[in-house]
Amino acid sequence: MEEHAKVKIKGIREGLLITVRDDNWTEAKAALQEQLKQQSEFLQGGRLILDVGNHNIRAAELGQLKDMLTDDGLALWAVLSNSQITQQNAQLLGLATRINKPIPERTTHTIDTALSGEEAVLVRRTLRSGFSIKNSGHVVVIGDVNPGCEIVSGGDIVVWGHLRGMVHAGAEGNQQAVVCAMDLAPTQLRIADLIATTPKRRGKSQPEMAKIVDGQVVALPWKP
Amino acid sequence: MTKRVITITSGKGGVGKTTATANIATALAVDGARVVCIDADIGLRNLDVVLGLENRIVYDLVDVVEGRCRLRQAMIRDKRLPNLFLIPAAQTRDKTAVSPSDMVRLIDELRDESDWVLIDSPAGIERGFRNAIAPADVIVVITNPEISAVRDADRIIGLIEAEEKGPAKLVLNRLKPEMVKRSDMLSPDDVLELLAVELIGIVPEDEKVILSTNRGSPIVLEGKSQAGQAFRNIAARLEGKDVPFLSLESSNGFFGRISRLIGTGGD
Repeated sequence: MEEHAKVKIKGIREGLLITVRDDNWTEAKAALQEQLKQQSEFLQGGRLILDVGNHNIRAAELGQLKDMLTDDGLALWAVLSNSQITQQNAQLLGLATRINKPIPERTTHTIDTALSGEEAVLVRRTLRSGFSIKNSGHVVVIGDVNPGCEIVSGGDIVVWGHLRGMVHAGAEGNQQAVVCAMDLAPTQLRIADLIATTPKRRGKSQPEMAKIVDGQVVALPWKP
Repeated sequence: MTKRVITITSGKGGVGKTTATANIATALAVDGARVVCIDADIGLRNLDVVLGLENRIVYDLVDVVEGRCRLRQAMIRDKRLPNLFLIPAAQTRDKTAVSPSDMVRLIDELRDESDWVLIDSPAGIERGFRNAIAPADVIVVITNPEISAVRDADRIIGLIEAEEKGPAKLVLNRLKPEMVKRSDMLSPDDVLELLAVELIGIVPEDEKVILSTNRGSPIVLEGKSQAGQAFRNIAARLEGKDVPFLSLESSNGFFGRISRLIGTGGD
C-alpha cells in the first residue's frame, strides 16, 4: 500500500491522469514503473497524462520514460509540472504541457440507455485491421469494418457501412442475436455457437441481416 | 520552402518502401531541394545499395545516436546530386539500438539544414516502425494491389491514426494496368474503397526499376521510364503541386476516373 500511495491514477475528461508524489524522483519513478506494469492492461489505449509536480526531469530521462510506455503499448500525451525545466523538456519531445484545451473527441461512447434499457456501444469511425472491440451489450458501428478487425458482442451487431471483418454476436450464448450491415460480407460471422462464412456474392450488395433460423445462420434482406 | 519530414512505411515487406524513398528523395533533389534520407531499417539496411552509396559508408545512424560521430559526419553525399544526402542504418545492430525519442532529437537537428527529410521505415509494426514514424510530419504508406499488402496497409493506417500522426497518404506501387483490365488485379478504386485515404501516386510495374535498383541509380534519373515519371509526380505532389495522374493506357478509362476522384480530394 505504501508504494501505491506514491503514484495515483485517475480518469479525467482528457484521459488518465497519473500523479507522482513530490519526493525522491528515483523512488517515484520506480513506483511509477511498478504501477504501470501492474495496470498496463487497464491503461491500454488510454491517453496518459503524467503529473510530476515539482520534479526537474532531464530530456533524456523523459524520453526514456516515453519509450518505455510506447513499448508497453501506452501513449504518453502530456506531462504536467511546476518545473520550467521539465515543461521545456516535455515540449522538446512533442508532449503537451497543459490539458485545459479541448481535445479530439474519443471514439467510443456509451449511449444514453434510459429509453431502451439495453446497453450498447456506438463506434463512429472506420475500424481497420488489427482493431478489436469486445462488449457484453450491443455494438453499433457507423463506418466500415475492414478485414482483420474483430467485433465480439453479447448482443446484436449493427454496421452502417461495409462489414468485412470477423463478427461474433450473442457471444455469451444468445441465439436470438442478429448481425445487420449495409453490405454484409464478413470474413467470418458467428452467432452464439454457430459459425458461418460469406458465400461469393452475385450481383449488387444490399442491406442484410444475419440470424439463426432452424439451427442455421442465414442472411435475409434487412428491412428495418 | 516548407521543411517537412516524411516517413515512408508499409507494414508488409517487399512492397517498395526503399525504392520509393530513394526515388522520391532523388526527384526532390533534382528539383534543387536539399534532401536528407535516413535508413531506419537497422540491421537490414538497403537504401545505401539502392542509391549506390554502399562503399562510402563510414559512420551510421547508431553511431550518431550513441555519440561516436557528429551528425554531419554520418551524412553521405550522393555521387550524382550534391544536395542529396544519406544517413545509413547500422548493419551489425538491431532496432532497439535507437529509440523513438532519439529519432525525434536527431531529426530536429536536421530540420535546420535541409528542406526535406525522408525516412525509410522497416517492415513490421514493432520498435523499428515506431522509431520511423515518431518524428514524421507526413506519413506515406506504400502498398501493392494485392490483398495481403492492402490488409497490412490498413493496419498501419489504423496505427498511424492511433498515434495521431494521420491522415496517412497512399502510394499504390507495382500496378499492372493490363491485369486490372482483365479484373485479375485489385484496381486503384478497390484499394481506395477499403483504405479511404488520400492517394498521391500510382506507380506502374516496370522491369527497369529492378535494373536501376541493382545498378544503384534511381529510376527517376532516367527520362523515359513510366515508373520514373510516376515517382517524379509523387515528389511534385508532396511539394504541393497539382499534377494529374499518369494515364498508363490511353484507351483505359479508370485512370481518368481516379484522377478526377483525387482532384477533388487534394488538400
